[in-house]
Amino acid sequence: MQTVTLAAILLLISTLAFQLGRKRAFAVASDHPGTLHSLPGYYGWWVALWCGLPAFAILALWLVFEPSLIRALVIADLPEALRALPAERIDVIINEVRNAALGHATANPDFAAAAEHYNRLQQTGFASAVAVTVALALAGATFAYRRVHAELRARPRVERTITVFLVASSTVAIFTTVGIVLSLLFEALRFFHMVDFVDFLFGLNWSPQMSTRSDQVGSSGAFGMVPLLTGTMLISAISMVVALPLGLFSAIYMSEYAQPRVRAIAKPALEILAGIPTVVFGFFAVVTVAPAIRAVGGALGLNVAAESALAAGFVMGITLIPLISSLSDDVITAVPQSLREGAFGLGATRSETIVQVVLPAALPGIVGGVLLAVSRAIGETMIVVMAAGLSAKLTANPLEAVTTVTVQIVTLLVGDTEFDSPKTLAAFALGLMLFGITLGLNVIALHIVQKYREKYD
Amino acid sequence: MAEITVAARTAETVAARLGRRYAAERRFRILGLASILISAGFLVLLLGTVVAKGWTGFLQTQIAVEVSFDAEVIDPDGTRAPDVLDAADYPALVRNGLAARLVPDGDRSARRDLSALVSTMGAEQMRRMVAADPKVIGTRTTLWLTASDKLDMVYKGQAPREVGAAGNVLNDRQLGWLAQLEQAGQIRKAFNLQFFTGGDSRAPEQAGIWGAVVGSFFSLAVTLLISFPLGVATAVYLEEFAAKNRWTDLIEVNINNLAAVPSVVFGLLGLAVFLNVFHLPRSSPVAGGLVLALICLPTIIIAGRAALKAVPPSIRQAAAGLGASPLQIVAHHVLPLAMPGMLTGTILGMARALGETAPLLMIGMVAFIVDIPKSPLDPSAVLPVQIYLWAGSSERAFVEKTSAAIMVLLLFLVAMNMAAIWLRNKFERRW
Repeated sequence: MQTVTLAAILLLISTLAFQLGRKRAFAVASDHPGTLHSLPGYYGWWVALWCGLPAFAILALWLVFEPSLIRALVIADLPEALRALPAERIDVIINEVRNAALGHATANPDFAAAAEHYNRLQQTGFASAVAVTVALALAGATFAYRRVHAELRARPRVERTITVFLVASSTVAIFTTVGIVLSLLFEALRFFHMVDFVDFLFGLNWSPQMSTRSDQVGSSGAFGMVPLLTGTMLISAISMVVALPLGLFSAIYMSEYAQPRVRAIAKPALEILAGIPTVVFGFFAVVTVAPAIRAVGGALGLNVAAESALAAGFVMGITLIPLISSLSDDVITAVPQSLREGAFGLGATRSETIVQVVLPAALPGIVGGVLLAVSRAIGETMIVVMAAGLSAKLTANPLEAVTTVTVQIVTLLVGDTEFDSPKTLAAFALGLMLFGITLGLNVIALHIVQKYREKYD
Repeated sequence: MAEITVAARTAETVAARLGRRYAAERRFRILGLASILISAGFLVLLLGTVVAKGWTGFLQTQIAVEVSFDAEVIDPDGTRAPDVLDAADYPALVRNGLAARLVPDGDRSARRDLSALVSTMGAEQMRRMVAADPKVIGTRTTLWLTASDKLDMVYKGQAPREVGAAGNVLNDRQLGWLAQLEQAGQIRKAFNLQFFTGGDSRAPEQAGIWGAVVGSFFSLAVTLLISFPLGVATAVYLEEFAAKNRWTDLIEVNINNLAAVPSVVFGLLGLAVFLNVFHLPRSSPVAGGLVLALICLPTIIIAGRAALKAVPPSIRQAAAGLGASPLQIVAHHVLPLAMPGMLTGTILGMARALGETAPLLMIGMVAFIVDIPKSPLDPSAVLPVQIYLWAGSSERAFVEKTSAAIMVLLLFLVAMNMAAIWLRNKFERRW
């Protein structure tokens, strides 16, 4: 909250600087704004930028580095015995200290002292942040204010700053990708120091439960991702069995047969289906679909697991219907009318035209859409977390419980995470695989769409 | 003669085949219609399930109990000191009030069964009444106290009421008391205010969504604050200024790929970068909002570019003809015209972010948090995560709360989508 106040104050100063700069422009032009190089507002902007930019930059740096800095200082001030503890114990201590600093009682006098130190550091830090940023803002404003003169090329300068901001914004997407790749790669490499890469990729056993102490028996878990991959594939395949026919036939009906009135109802209905959060579908799978499948299976004398792959895959299929139908709808509508009319002219019925002319022409687009849906199914998390199981079984039976890559990522990382155990790092290795697979599928999908697209004009 | 028979036979086979072909046509058509109906049926089934299971969550069973603010129990020394009043044994007063009505001469086990009928909120309510006005000490009054989740379930018909039925959550004696209360008209269903104003709780009857709503609000505010300016700036740059070269191609490919990256991977990024490198507070809306901002950035950029594309070049040419600089063209003419489309895309992106769950699990927003967050730095839950937590709870009474929370979440989503549609219709312009 303090920081917000500081930001507001800086913003206020910048607004004042804008007004002053604008007034100054009129003054230097001796009330003939026509002699100025730029419109008076740009002089205001120029002064405001000089005032605000450095101050906000420092504030941002401060916000980013304050926690680490204070943390380092507090650790440096801890008694020798505490400092010698391993990293994750220090994390716990720091948390305790932070709680104590917020006013919760603590029994340990060392912590109390550290908490006091922590509070002091925070106060000093914030006070200096206020002093530095406000001083910078004032200095910047004064500097720019004095340099306002009629020939100052204010507009190009302001515009250049804005252009820099635009370019910088567009690189955020690149930084995000780089950040994803690096963070996954970095942690995954640490994981592969502990677990053999080949074992991970081709191992048939997945049981990441490690004992907490290294001297316990059976401390090495098994990290073979094959059962996870097959589980993911099984559930994705089930979902596609549900989604592909329903989505494709919906699209065909809507683009080829439906009256505008039917379309006006059906299309929004599918869009609503697409807009419902997956956590809701997960709940639906758990309370409605899974018990129903179990009951049906029981009536047929089949043994259905409580968290069967069928339930998760079926519900996931429902969520994918809108995606497949909207992508197919687009490509089917894009097939030129002349092709259909040619087929009609030869005496084909509507369905014959669709099956033998329209669908082949739209096939690359449909295949691309299906691949995107598969990629979505592989990356889908909440439905499987809620409705699929945890045990990594190597099976193709949809009535059994299987687990998926995303389920394991969530399970491994929810709760206490220690960043030096293979159990936690395994999640990043799985994340890397997931990222690689979905990226590959997307690239292939785009490639197919582009390469095999029929061009009609 | 022969020619005629051949022609007749051909006509016959054609007619027969035509019948088959028309039948195939009808089948195909029905298949298409059936797919749409089945898909819509799933939607109806889903919403129906949620509403059927959840609407009772907005109601809460209450019991009328005549309690006495016994001075002997609350403040035996008559000091009226706040800490004495605060630490008094209010649960005993509630128990006494119930016992006086139902089992005046009950033993310990009867009293224990009795206190299982009411929520501990009743004692809290009495404590607050005393704290607000110590003069109530020594008086008797009838209060509508919140029933426990078990009594609530039985009274709402979600658990069996017959004595000796399988799956009973109340024992025979408690069921008998329920009948007594009902005969005396001392039990009712009232609007469940606690559900809308409370934070999370282990006790189903005390659990509320307000903490999650506030957490969601803070997260979305952070998301909007970051992703909207960045998204608009990126869209403007790529659409209006960027030269066609390798660099812009790279950016474009990146944005399209990011749109297809599974959201759980963004969660891993948030965990590795925002929590481990920058030490943002765990399970806070700030960290959550940052991750969500990265997730909906591609959506906003893509929608923004489409909106900018829709502005006809003549507008730009006219502005340029009047001497506007490229930035002035964009800022004064193109951007205002594209803004409704951009806002529509942003609202849809926000709606998606509101429902996003998996990446937030990664950055620890699954913690059990009772307090209502006061700032984006406080640990908090968000609505979808709250739904996930309740859905995984073993207490059966949480099924109703989960469904009710889903209804609230869907209501928010509907509102946001309506806003987007309204915006599109109101400001949509055909050139």
